[in-house]
Amino acid sequence: MHVPDGFLDAPTSVATGVVAAGGVAIALRGARRELDDRTAPMAGLVAAFVFAAQMINFPVGAGTSGHLMGGALAAVLVGPWTAVLCLSVVLLVQGLLMADGGITALGTNITLIGLVTVVVGWFVFVALRRVLPKRPALVAPAAAVAAFLSVPVAAAVFTLLFVIGGTAPVEGATVLKAMVGWHVVIGIGEAVITGLVVGSVVAVRPDLVYGARPLVAGRTLEIRDAEARS
Amino acid sequence: MGAGHGHLLHYHGHSVVHRAPGHVKVVALVAFMLLVVATPREWLWAFGVEAAVLLGVVALSRVPAGYLAKRMVVEVPFAVFALLVPFVATGPRTELLGLSVSETGLVAAWGLLVKGTLGVLASLTLAATTEPEELLRGLTRLRMPDLIVQIMGFMIRYLSVVIGELGRMMTSMRSRGADPRWPRHWPMLARSLGALFIRSYERGERVHLAMLSRGYDGRLPR
Repeated sequence: MHVPDGFLDAPTSVATGVVAAGGVAIALRGARRELDDRTAPMAGLVAAFVFAAQMINFPVGAGTSGHLMGGALAAVLVGPWTAVLCLSVVLLVQGLLMADGGITALGTNITLIGLVTVVVGWFVFVALRRVLPKRPALVAPAAAVAAFLSVPVAAAVFTLLFVIGGTAPVEGATVLKAMVGWHVVIGIGEAVITGLVVGSVVAVRPDLVYGARPLVAGRTLEIRDAEARS
Repeated sequence: MGAGHGHLLHYHGHSVVHRAPGHVKVVALVAFMLLVVATPREWLWAFGVEAAVLLGVVALSRVPAGYLAKRMVVEVPFAVFALLVPFVATGPRTELLGLSVSETGLVAAWGLLVKGTLGVLASLTLAATTEPEELLRGLTRLRMPDLIVQIMGFMIRYLSVVIGELGRMMTSMRSRGADPRWPRHWPMLARSLGALFIRSYERGERVHLAMLSRGYDGRLPR
């Protein structure tokens, strides 16, 4: 899903680079609120985790495999600002040290994978959290839905960029159909993994899940006696 | 930690390219690639010149061609896509090897392939000749926000630790008969990833505390 060099023309690449830089600059300020002065080591370790999670491939059919993008996952686990920083750094390292994703397409990749998936994932998650009953057990399904929607939306935004600055003469509608169709399948994988991972963390350390904090903070200590238990 | 030299794609060496400052290499790479992307795809001579310049730098760096060639497989999925373009593209059709393909699509596929290939080779050359630490110093000199450089530094430093941890989890899962790729075992995979997240997060807290106790005040000494 990483966009390589030469896929979008130079003006579009530069424009998305400006968008990405602006988004990261805003996230830098926001992240201090989420992690205060622990930002650097924490975000660095979370970025390493996202990178490791992206290494797991799962088959999506037709002999190809997809991997986790992790935008919605990171947003629910550590908060949207830190998630933007983590994913941007992951993409930066992949572009500069691993030749994964073009260097001129770095802005495009950060905009699509770093900004769009995190923002869409986070807003869907917050909207669901507001609507659903206030129970920590529902954090994981909400995260799964958020992850599912974030992937095709990113694919649709990519199509928009392709129509504006694409270098191949393919009809926008064809690209949209192929991209969104394909990414709905990838989105299902993303949703299942995201939901299960968030669920497993909520089960053992709900205090660590940023998206579950308002729900966990609302709980009061409940003292049960021995008889009531059995 | 087993990290240090030979991290990621780095190829140890002492050539001119290896010794060049990180910021110069990053700026050169970005400028070169912007030029490549902006080159009209009909200008064959221009691609020839660009390829010659790039191969010249590779030769100067004395990184073996085989080392780079093996790592160019990153490009394969994209090359497959580029080869599909002539079949789905619009425009007048033409015959090629008995198949009906789009003429403009063929030109576009050529452009995608040559630009993508130059991009992958150029990025690989940077990765092979630059130590991560030198890259971070270069980015600092290029006025990349300090916090981003620090996050990147921590990520690179602990990447091998986290990946190693994941690798051990995968090995133990497989030795118990689970195949993490198979959807039926995804719940198990997810619990491992959840545990990995908690470990990474707690390691971040420990690293932070250890740094605080050594006088860390939000910036790293240079």
